Amino acid sequence: MAESGAALHSPALHSPLGLLAELTHRCPLGCPYCSNPVALDPRDGELDTQNWARVFAEAAALGVLQVHLSGGEPGARRDLVAIMTAAHAAGLYTNLITSAVGITAATMGKLAEAGLDHVQISIQDSEPTSADHIAGYPGAFERKRALAATVVALNIPLTVNAVMHRANIDRIGEMVRLALALGASRVEIAHVQYYGWALKNRAALMPTAEQVARGAAAVEELRRRHHGQIVIDAVVPDYYARLPKPCVGGWGRRSLNVTPSGRVLPCHAAESIPGLEFWSVRDHSLADIWANSPAFNAFRGTDWMQEPCRSCARRDVDFGGCRCQAFALTGDARATDPVCHLSPRHAEVAALAAVQRDDAYDYRRM
Amino acid sequence: MNAPPAIPADARPRLPRGVRLVHNEAQGGWVLLAPERVFKADAIAAEVVKRCTGETTLAAIVDDLAKAFAAPRDRILADVTALLRGLADKRLLEL
Repeated sequence: MAESGAALHSPALHSPLGLLAELTHRCPLGCPYCSNPVALDPRDGELDTQNWARVFAEAAALGVLQVHLSGGEPGARRDLVAIMTAAHAAGLYTNLITSAVGITAATMGKLAEAGLDHVQISIQDSEPTSADHIAGYPGAFERKRALAATVVALNIPLTVNAVMHRANIDRIGEMVRLALALGASRVEIAHVQYYGWALKNRAALMPTAEQVARGAAAVEELRRRHHGQIVIDAVVPDYYARLPKPCVGGWGRRSLNVTPSGRVLPCHAAESIPGLEFWSVRDHSLADIWANSPAFNAFRGTDWMQEPCRSCARRDVDFGGCRCQAFALTGDARATDPVCHLSPRHAEVAALAAVQRDDAYDYRRM
Repeated sequence: MNAPPAIPADARPRLPRGVRLVHNEAQGGWVLLAPERVFKADAIAAEVVKRCTGETTLAAIVDDLAKAFAAPRDRILADVTALLRGLADKRLLEL
């Protein structure tokens, strides 16, 4: 192999489009599929308002267009309005991703006044009792409904994020109807992705193959029926897929993630891969981190790939799938994501999906 | 392909809250920012969307574009209708 030749094709550095700002890992809910890492950042290590403001200004200068203010629950930050105002002042499109528990109508009013562009509220199920059980928080459903009404009354566009798994996947139609009734212009039917907490709870969350097929048909039918009324985006359960997802649009290519304590990651699960060196916004500028941090360069482009990815026609389409999933399922972060039918380990994924047990959830806790 | 349904000549298309057209050098030109989505807009689409202020009627937008691009009005009307219908279906535009 012409290794030196390959090095000449070092990937052009793209500008990131989006920044996920995990303002805190604190959250009143305990969803068993939380996308936060299993080892959560404590409150006393969180970046302060001024540091977030600097990060937003550096992000805008780097070409970032949208910031997703997330967590944990961003409403757990008392300086949320100041943080959002700083992001808006930097010229960024501001998106608040919230559980709705911990944000009052008064706070939402202040955020609207400060120029908040969009709100995403997670809803755990269309059935209130089941929703509160999944969230591990009695009364959560009713508070989500109330905050959604406030958002719509303030004329801020609303997305309902519905994470689907075995307990609720048969109610996709009800979830979309609930989103419409709440006044949402967009709904995400997002299947659980098995990292971190969801990986711990995989057997309890995994849907059956029949449920997945019915769910996919339901989404198609709902899209036809509600065309022009509501945008339905779907994230497929990739354990049942033949082709891997193009994780975060390519490692270090489109987006970055800043943790509550300021570490900058190519995606929110990247810390699950051992041996990567992450840099912090406390020590480096965002531009320096984007271009030079070892973690961002670890899987940029295609030079790191092994076969069958290395010579695959789709290597610039799906980038070999998800690095975190490749590591979680094969122990090698450079391997082909085994969700891909070309992976020599592909059969193991179906075997893992077949492991389904109605265990009690291992709720996400600090 | 079927032609999209006509839009009334006196409609005043506008971007809803949460949708913004911006020019960004780092991203290579015009982009339409929307809830958790970003769409690249080519120069022509940007010229159309810029005029969707909620104040100008569709008829006036088409007249203005026909003049600016020295193109037949009926062709401009067909192109603008297709673009605006597509955006409205994605909830990126209010008609």
